[in-house]
Amino acid sequence: MAAEGSVGLVTANLEHFADPLALRNGRVLPSFELVVETYGELNAARSNAVLICHALSGNHHAAGRYSVDDQKPGWWDLMIGPGKPFDTRRFFVVSLNNIGGCDGSTGPASINPDSGVPWGPDFPQIHVSDWVQSQAMLADRLGIDIWAAVIGGSLGGMQALQWAAQYPERVRNCVVLAAAPKLTAQNIAFNEIARHAILTDPDWHSGHYSRQNAVPTRGLALARMVGHLTYMSADGMSDKFGREIRENDTDMGSEDEVVFQVESYLRYQGSQFSTRFDANTYVLMTRALDYFDIAGDFGGDLTRAMSEITARTLVISFSSDWRFAPARSKEIVNALISANREVTYAEIVTDGGHDAFLLDHPDYSGLLSAWMRQVTV
Amino acid sequence: MRYDLTQIQTWIPAGSKVLDLGCGDGEFLRQLQEERNVNGTGLELDPGNLIAAVSRGINVVQQDMDLGLGNFPDGSFDLVVMAHALQVLHRPHRVLEDMVRIGREAIVTFPNFGHWRCRLSLGLQGRMPVSDTLPYSWYDTPNIHFCTVKDFEALCKQLNIEIIDQDIVAGSGAGWLARIMPNLFGVTAIYRIRAQA
Repeated sequence: MAAEGSVGLVTANLEHFADPLALRNGRVLPSFELVVETYGELNAARSNAVLICHALSGNHHAAGRYSVDDQKPGWWDLMIGPGKPFDTRRFFVVSLNNIGGCDGSTGPASINPDSGVPWGPDFPQIHVSDWVQSQAMLADRLGIDIWAAVIGGSLGGMQALQWAAQYPERVRNCVVLAAAPKLTAQNIAFNEIARHAILTDPDWHSGHYSRQNAVPTRGLALARMVGHLTYMSADGMSDKFGREIRENDTDMGSEDEVVFQVESYLRYQGSQFSTRFDANTYVLMTRALDYFDIAGDFGGDLTRAMSEITARTLVISFSSDWRFAPARSKEIVNALISANREVTYAEIVTDGGHDAFLLDHPDYSGLLSAWMRQVTV
Repeated sequence: MRYDLTQIQTWIPAGSKVLDLGCGDGEFLRQLQEERNVNGTGLELDPGNLIAAVSRGINVVQQDMDLGLGNFPDGSFDLVVMAHALQVLHRPHRVLEDMVRIGREAIVTFPNFGHWRCRLSLGLQGRMPVSDTLPYSWYDTPNIHFCTVKDFEALCKQLNIEIIDQDIVAGSGAGWLARIMPNLFGVTAIYRIRAQA
């Protein structure tokens, strides 16, 4: 299954694009930078490149380590490497930080060339199709005419689907994990709660917090706590935390506040996130997620949207994922079936929730491996 | 390959678009793709089978056909095949209707419960039959809807399904008997059907 070899030590490269990027909302990014990591070697025919699309808070560092004493490997090290589903002995794997991100690609924290100060909240709203367009420019730069596969989970899965529909002639295979054709009202509501937490933080300063040398850490932490909660399943949380107590106890006569393990965990996740993630990026990314609707350009007809796709497509959902439930993945699958397109679908039985696409499961990694081995290079 | 599958193959025109309900490890579809250039899709529930089918390059959708096949449009396949699955379905009649709706033609195979050994077991011994083709005891069998050749033909009539072709797999040495009396000597029944015009 997963977890055989590692890609080893990796470095990130910064690619500068001097050409303007015309955005979906009508605005133009005069120039931009993308921070990129690659694993494996591009073959002579340039036919073995696969693109990894990250989710809401992900970045370009998908596999390997930056130094020998680096504690944590990239976020999808489980799946990328020699002998793993995205086998770097066969594939040239490309992973980047999306525009609007906060890990090195051009985003709200970057300097606006027109004003000489950080964009902040004035950074243009990016849509998923803008990411695809910028990545097509990156593919041109790397000499990749056609991706052997474009792969992503959650928001990254939506992006992989968008890639296959926007540039069908450039995507031979498409892997869509724990995704949906668009968000439900409930999903948008969760994103709005997260944004509201940030926007009502006194340190937000209408998004100009960097000018005030402030960071809306409380808002960011709360946003992450809510988000993180929705990525887990009730059963998964019971297994992981139960009612285990971290501090003090519930005995009679005890006056000290009890801290359950789950509280401690969420606080830790929130506080970690608030020191590494940019608040404007969080607002931008959640809005990109809310605005995504692949059938939108086709009068709401998902089958027509899926008719654009020529790639063989693999769709995987996870039984306990209530954020992007299996039924949402099946909407994609059924539209592909109606459009007479080649599709494989599986629902993995797991209590891992939405986050299951990042976790190890023999059915999941086994299926990904089997499917990727059929991808010709 | 099982005889019923060999027989089905001869009924599948080269290059046709085939949906295999309960495709198992995908070996049947793989052979059809290789030998008859068929464009195949499988339906399967078991995760292990799913991986096996994907390893054979088959497009396979994990779906329970008992919950309906409404996501497959009318006439979207040349042929819908279901081998040895009819008897495990909760609503076999609904699935048969779906098959002839989705496919211009459909092929069904099932174990014939009218076979003389089954009758002997039930009629003389008073026990539910257990055999090589039906190896389960009554209480732990996945086979919940047994039928005979006559039952199946009656159901087709009721559902306005036309029988285009029929074949029977007999026990060794009983081939000529099965041709004369399929319901008594046929072990496995094979039907080619379509919706009545």
